[in-house]
This record gives sequence, structure tokens and C-alpha cells, in this order.
Amino acid sequence: MTTLRNFSRFITDTLRMVTTGGPVYYLWVGFLLLLIAFGANAYIGQLHNGLLVTNMRDQVSWGFYIGNFTFLVGVAAAAIMLVIPAYIYDWEPIKEITILGEMLAISALVMCLGFVMVDIGRPDRFWHIMPLVGRLNWPQSMLAWDVLVLNAYLVLNYFVVTYLLYCAYTERHYVKKLVTPLVLLSIPMAVSIHTCTAYLYNGLASRPFWNSAILAPRFLASAFCSGPAILLILLQILRKTTKLSIKDEAIFKIAELMAYTMGFNLFLTAAESFKELYSGTEHMVYFQYLLFGLKGHNTLVPYAWASIIFGAIAFILFLVPKTRTNWVTLNIGCVLIYASVYIEKGMGLIIPGLTPDALGEIYVYTPSVTEISVAAGIFALGFLVFTLMLKAAVPMMLGEFTISRGKKGAQPAKSEGHA
Amino acid sequence: MMDQDACRPTPGAPCPSGENNGRREFLGAAVAAVATALTGCGKLSKEEFLQHNFRELSKEEVLTVIERLEKEYKEKFGKDVKVANTPALPGVMFGYALDLSRCIGCRRCVHACVKENNQSRDPEIQWIRVLEMEKEEGVDLQHAEQYYNPAEVPREGHFYMPVQCQQCKKPPCVKVCPVGATWKEKDGIVVVDYNWCIGCRYCMAACPYGARHFNWGEPNLPSKDVNTDTHYLGNRPRAKGVVEKCTFCVQRTRKGLYTACVEVCPTGSRKFGNLLDKESEIRYVLENKRVFKFKEDLNTQPNFFYFYGV
Repeated sequence: MTTLRNFSRFITDTLRMVTTGGPVYYLWVGFLLLLIAFGANAYIGQLHNGLLVTNMRDQVSWGFYIGNFTFLVGVAAAAIMLVIPAYIYDWEPIKEITILGEMLAISALVMCLGFVMVDIGRPDRFWHIMPLVGRLNWPQSMLAWDVLVLNAYLVLNYFVVTYLLYCAYTERHYVKKLVTPLVLLSIPMAVSIHTCTAYLYNGLASRPFWNSAILAPRFLASAFCSGPAILLILLQILRKTTKLSIKDEAIFKIAELMAYTMGFNLFLTAAESFKELYSGTEHMVYFQYLLFGLKGHNTLVPYAWASIIFGAIAFILFLVPKTRTNWVTLNIGCVLIYASVYIEKGMGLIIPGLTPDALGEIYVYTPSVTEISVAAGIFALGFLVFTLMLKAAVPMMLGEFTISRGKKGAQPAKSEGHA
Repeated sequence: MMDQDACRPTPGAPCPSGENNGRREFLGAAVAAVATALTGCGKLSKEEFLQHNFRELSKEEVLTVIERLEKEYKEKFGKDVKVANTPALPGVMFGYALDLSRCIGCRRCVHACVKENNQSRDPEIQWIRVLEMEKEEGVDLQHAEQYYNPAEVPREGHFYMPVQCQQCKKPPCVKVCPVGATWKEKDGIVVVDYNWCIGCRYCMAACPYGARHFNWGEPNLPSKDVNTDTHYLGNRPRAKGVVEKCTFCVQRTRKGLYTACVEVCPTGSRKFGNLLDKESEIRYVLENKRVFKFKEDLNTQPNFFYFYGV
């Protein structure tokens, strides 16, 4: 009974916490809300006119939405990048920030589900894909698997974050026997969401660009570069704007781990390119379209090379201890690797997979204004979810915002924005 | 022989219809209301929203659904559209063979198909795509052209290869569909339940033949062009946001008729029949001509064959 009362206090206090803040906070949240409204407006237009307002067509039947979805699954999976060293090696400095990784995963998953929802032609039939209620084609369809693992991963992360914060709020220590197995479970779960998403493309023999055995390893390797890159920047911001203490040591450790995954990612990309270009079969056309252009169509070429070059520079910056421990070069590296993976696992994956199409036609796809607007709205939604979670979580983690303080009128401990 | 135009999809064209849908004046369930908002057109009935997968419906439920559909089509087109649900005939496995040495690339099949199967006219959805190939290259998709438009066909140095659904024995599209909205019927026809498809387009990515087409906007089918002889799993008018494909004219072939493309072909390049019937023309072709399957390396095992008749 007390638990129930405490939990409802936890909810109401959290709500009060996220709705009060300083001007910077309000400005940031207002900006995100505005972007969401802008995206929603574009989406209403899309609902009304159909996906005709996108530039996707029968030839390139997936585009910007699914590209973003794929990239964000990687971001969500990368939360384990922090969990693995923290729990396997019991490395304290990282342990306290795994909760941030998990919140990042939740926000990324919200965006993933958003991108899938806006991509389907009949969102009114979403219940058809729900297990038990609808008719999930499991275990045949990889998309059915993906629906299951993504939602399970979302629930798992959501539960762990809520539980840990609730414990901090009620000034109790969390039950280790409950949390440790769940966090350990989240490691294979994170691998599985990205593997499933890779298999979704990988299993299509009709698309040689995707039908490669190292697609899933490539997905994981690149996710372990981009996810931590976001976190590294975030940790620095949080250190500056809140009282949360994150040691340099923790950040540099993550950077070092990233150097290995980046090297591995580049190696896998090289392995794939070698196989395609050296053997030079008909299947090379998709790589050609991506890297050199085909029959005069070279929309993707500058992006593809930017991705490769950014990735290589970032790798060097993270590999050399001197540049890895220098804040300027470290942050440049983070931005570069993020951009590199965003191109590679977004449009750089989807578009050449579908161009030339199954009958050899080249349809040059670039996202329409509607697609970009809707995507902006979804990104804003993800940022909003993350901002609100951080707003409540940071003071709870610091012990500044607890049930006993809440009773005294829930004075928000810290009210700066943190964007 | 005059050539007829292939339709190239036009990006960014606005939705032509979508206003004239104040037909449904009330909605019962709140869920249906939310779902209606999600369709963006506000013409979703509670019955339609709650309708289950076709294969799970009882005989009575199928009849109710068909009655509702016929009523909706009547309101929409002002015509009595008959929606049949004729099941697969026992002892029948449909097969198709196309003679590459006879086809002249006139695209009459393309347009007869559109007329028969109630596809959207603008933008026009075409279930048959005719590829113009260079004789020197043979069947090579990297040298194929779909938008050929000479004054006369066949063009010097070229041959033509029409591609449509190959009705695979191992259809990748069926395997990947997350909701089981598409399946293979007993007579070998791969069909779609347009009322169950969620429009994720995974099947389109999986199909090696480009045979699946999506209703990117509200299908634009003028009342005067509606073919009123339809089948639930075949040519009944479709809605926005769902996938469609060639069904070997299920509404015709299950009545013993030829498909529209077979009937219209001026050169007799198209052969159709029951693979289980030893006397059928399709069996004659398989036994007396040398056939090949398109992209046989993918092991989709089509029931659609190509051959060189002369």
C-alpha cells in the first residue's frame, strides 16, 4: 500500500519536476514542441494524400524513414556499450552512467517506432501486427521478430530505468539481485535488436547489396561507434550543466573502446568492398551506384565518400591517445563518426539496396520536403522524451530530488536546460 | 505496329481525390475513430476496422464482408460491382509460359491488364512491365529499358521481355509479410488481402521481379472504367496504402477463362493453363520447348516460364 502511494507520489513529483524549469529549459522544450507540431502537420498531409507526398515509389519503396529507423536501432543497441564494461568488468566509473545509456536507448526506440509508424501505408491497421490480437507472421517474417525484440527491449530498458530512479527517489538501495540479471539480459537483447534489424535486410536474396553475411556484424560494429559518440558529448554537457560528476577516466575509457570498434567497422567495410569490387560480378552495380555513380546518376557519391573519409579521420583521432584525451579533437571525432555512421547506416544502406531496382531500373531517390519535415518532428519527439527523462533523472541520481524533499514542496534542485 | 506508352510514376503529384468521402456519418467505437484519423480520409467503418484476416473468416463472415464491400463500391462508383470469392479448383495448378521469340513489345498486355484488374489510372499502376533488351546482350537487366518509346515496335536489334508476378512456389514476398496478408492459394496464385495489408512494403523489397505495386495515393479509378466482375482476392477496387499484384486474373481463370493478357496478345506469345493437366497447352510447351525460369539462382521456383518458341 505504501509502495503504491510512494509510486504515485513518484509519478506526480516527476511530472511536476519536468513541467517546471528555467527559461533555457522552457525555450528548449518549446522549440522541440514546435518542431513536433511542424512534423505532425506534415504527417497529417501525408495521411490525407497517402505516401504519394514522399518521393518513394515502387522502385525505391523504402527511403528516408526506414534509413533513420535503421540508424536509430543502432543508437538504441549501443546502450550496452556502456553496460558491458560496467557489469562484466565491474568498472565503477562507468556504472553510474549506464542509466543515461539506457535512457538514450528508450528515446532512440521511441524514434524507431515513430519512423516505422509514419512509413506504413495503413497506420489504422497497426493492430494487425500486434501479437495475439492481430496475426503476426512469426517466426517466418524477420519484421515480426523485429517488432517483438524492439518492444521487449523498450519495456526492459524502461523498467530498469524507472526502477532505479524510483529507488533513488525513495532513498533506498536498489535490489541488486533484480537489477543485475536484467541489465545483463539487456546485453544480448541489444545485440538481438540490431541483429534482427540487419537480418531484415540480410534475408532478402532479391537485393544483393543487403544479402551479405557480414551485414549484421557491420551493423553492430557501426552502432558501437555512433551510440557512444552521442553519449560522450552528452556526458560532457551534463558535467557542465548539472552537479553530476562524471570522471574524465570514464569518458576516455569509452573513447578507447570506440577506437577498437571503429577500426573493426572500417575493416568490415573494406572486406565488403573488396569482395564486391574485386570479384566484379553483376552485383557490383549497387556498390558502383553508391561509390562512383551509375549511368550518370551520382547523387549518393559525395555522401558515400564523406562517410568513408569521416570514419577514417575519426578512427585516427580515437586511436592516438593524445587526440583521444584532448577535448577538442575528441569532440571533432565524435561528430565525424556520428555523421559517418548516419550516412552509412541510413541512406547509404537503404538506397543502394534498392537502386538499381529488381528489374535494373535506376530511380533517383531524394527525400521530399514532407519526409524531411516528418523526420524532424520524430527527432524532436525523441529529444523531448530524452530531455524530460533527464530533467527528472539527474536530480534523482544526485539525491537532490527524493521523496522526503518532495514532501517539502518538490523544490526543483536544478533548473538549467541541458541541450 | 504502334507502340503504346509505358507509364512512368510521377513523384510529388497531388492526390486527386479524397474529398468526396463524407459518406460515413458516424463511428461507433472510439478506437475506430482514432483509426479513422489515421487513415486521413475519414471513411473507415467500424466493421472495416475490425475485420480479421480473410483466411480466418467463417463462410458467413466472408459473405457479410462481401456484402459490405459491394455496398461501398455501389456508393463510390454508382455501379453494381460483384465481388466473388470462388475458391481454388481441385486438381488445378496454374502455370504460364511466355515466348520471348514472338513477343514484339507492343504492351497490349500491359493495358489490357490495367483495364481488367481495376488498377489506379493516374498514376497508372501496371502489373506487367515490358523490358526492351539488346539482342547482343541477351537477358541482362543492366541493359534493359522499360520506357522505350519508338514509333514502331519491335525495334531493330532488340527483343522484349514482359515481367509480371512469377507466382513462385517459394514466394519470398509471402515469407516476409509480417502480418500474413499475402499467401499462396492451392492453385498456385499468390494473393493479397487488401483489407489486411498494413502497407509496410517489405514484400516489395523481397520480390526479385518488381511484381508488387503500392497504392502511394488514393487509387484513381473513374466509374466508367470499373470492371464490375471482380474477386475478393483479385481485381476488386483497392484502397490507398496497400500493396497489389498480378493474380493470374483469378476472377477469370477460376471460371475457366484465360487471363486478360493471354487473350489480348496479338502474337500468341502468352500460354496459360493447368500444369496438372497433361493435355494442356502449358504442358505441351514444357515438354516440347526448352524453358527457363527468370532468376532461377534465387530458388523462388516460379510457375511462370520463359521460352524461345521459334
